Amino acid sequence: MKSFKFDWLVLPFIGIAVVMLLWQVSCATWAKDLPTPSKTWETSKPYIMEPFAKRGEMDQGILRFTWYSLILVAKGYALALIIGTPIGFFLGLSKTFTKAFDPIIQVLRPVSPLAWLPLGLVLFMGAGKNASELGALFTIAVCSMWPTVLNTAVGVRAIPQDYLNVAKVLKLSRRKTLFKVLIPASLPYMFTGFRLSLGIAWLVIVAAEMLTGRPGVGGFLWQEYNALIYEHIILCIITIGVVGFILDRLMSVVEKKFKTA
Amino acid sequence: MAYLELKNVSKSFGNSPVLKDVNLSVESGEFVAIVGFSGAGKTTLISLIAGLLNPTSGLVTLNGAVITAPGPDRGIVFQNYSLLPWLTVFENILLAVEAVFPSWSAEQQKAHVEKYIEMVNLTPARNKKPSELSGGMRQRVSVARTLAMEPQILLLDEPLSALDALTRATLQDEIARIRTQHQKTIVLITNDPDEGIYLADRIIPLTAGPSATLGPSFEVKIPHPRDRKSINHDEHFKQLRREIVDFMLGSKSERHTAITKKLILPDIEPEDLNIPRSMTAWRKTPIRKREQKEEAVEVKP
Repeated sequence: MKSFKFDWLVLPFIGIAVVMLLWQVSCATWAKDLPTPSKTWETSKPYIMEPFAKRGEMDQGILRFTWYSLILVAKGYALALIIGTPIGFFLGLSKTFTKAFDPIIQVLRPVSPLAWLPLGLVLFMGAGKNASELGALFTIAVCSMWPTVLNTAVGVRAIPQDYLNVAKVLKLSRRKTLFKVLIPASLPYMFTGFRLSLGIAWLVIVAAEMLTGRPGVGGFLWQEYNALIYEHIILCIITIGVVGFILDRLMSVVEKKFKTA
Repeated sequence: MAYLELKNVSKSFGNSPVLKDVNLSVESGEFVAIVGFSGAGKTTLISLIAGLLNPTSGLVTLNGAVITAPGPDRGIVFQNYSLLPWLTVFENILLAVEAVFPSWSAEQQKAHVEKYIEMVNLTPARNKKPSELSGGMRQRVSVARTLAMEPQILLLDEPLSALDALTRATLQDEIARIRTQHQKTIVLITNDPDEGIYLADRIIPLTAGPSATLGPSFEVKIPHPRDRKSINHDEHFKQLRREIVDFMLGSKSERHTAITKKLILPDIEPEDLNIPRSMTAWRKTPIRKREQKEEAVEVKP
């Protein structure tokens, strides 16, 4: 029990301390423009201490910015799941569908969010004020959908023949086979995909906000870079990292619940 | 015409023949056991009767109608239980009942499920998931699910082979009891001749594969209900077991299989170590002369 606490509580702090030290040393030696840890803390204090303050469009508490980003991610991510899961199912069920669409999926999958965003903006140019939001949503959905698509397809293909035999012997209707056999059987795989997708969606949000200048963690980061307040860049990086970590943990808790099935 | 009939049924997967010229007729209400070695094609045979597979040639008929697809009139109990792990015992059986008796009211369906759960003595476990049950309990759920469909014929595909000896004996007795209660036509696939003799009216050995076929049928002339202890001393039982085992072993030794192998002989010319290293640089890899050979090996067990 003692070593357990040491491993999980003390060691991570040692890791953090080492990185802080390297940061401090870097500031003193080769990276003169890099703000020191203490300076970063001083400058970021108002944003952390009043996390929900709203002083202006681009001058708000860090959690308020995070909240904006999370809402946008939630929308884009929901869109990705709604589109991605059925595509995954078709890929898993039909060999013809796989042969037809797998190559194009493999080609589109590695395309960077930075490449999709301009296209998204062009697509929704007519939307006027909402163009940047719709463009960002499009980018998040397109980039984060692939793990869901591929994992769902793998999950459907991996359904044991036994379960399919049961469905056949019972002559279950298509609807019943889908809801009682196919979906529950592939759920563990699907959730792995959902989790990976969420990670990517959060990764994309920063790029999307930087390019569109929307209020949010990414937008704030880019604005403060332009305003030469480098301390806030570090604040944003840490926030993005922590939020991403929490999202991943949450998803893995949900994922574990379905693993037993 | 017999109730269930297989006429010259053959089945092969690709180029490998599994079953060849299988003929079987089972009368209504009869309990037939098919014994065979593992890997001989027993599961293939029962899948053909269930309609999960279609024969390469020949006909499978039930009550005169050709079987081409699976259906709830043939209840199959799978070797590995095949329960859906995300449903409870009750839900697993209800799924089957809903599929087979869609016109019944929800109350009727539920009562029907309860009846069969009780029949296999699983009422205390009705709300458990399969993962929380022992192997024997899972197989009882599987049996209950199949019986709840009220099939005309019961197909048991090595239902007890994954269980320990004690559970096995208990479930054998349970099958015997169900059989006397319901008088259903039953086809039991097993790898244990004793199990077949203990339960069935007739026992038919399946010869060793590939191209397995059914041997002569042995009538079990021991009246039901049979007693596990005294049956071991029954002369008829002993003789029957001897005949069946002899037949099965005989069928195995008759097999002469020729396996053709493609042999690649790695004919590597050894490096000449007398030549200085610097001179061999231009031909670093050893010279290989590949030779291919076809060789037939006679296999006699």
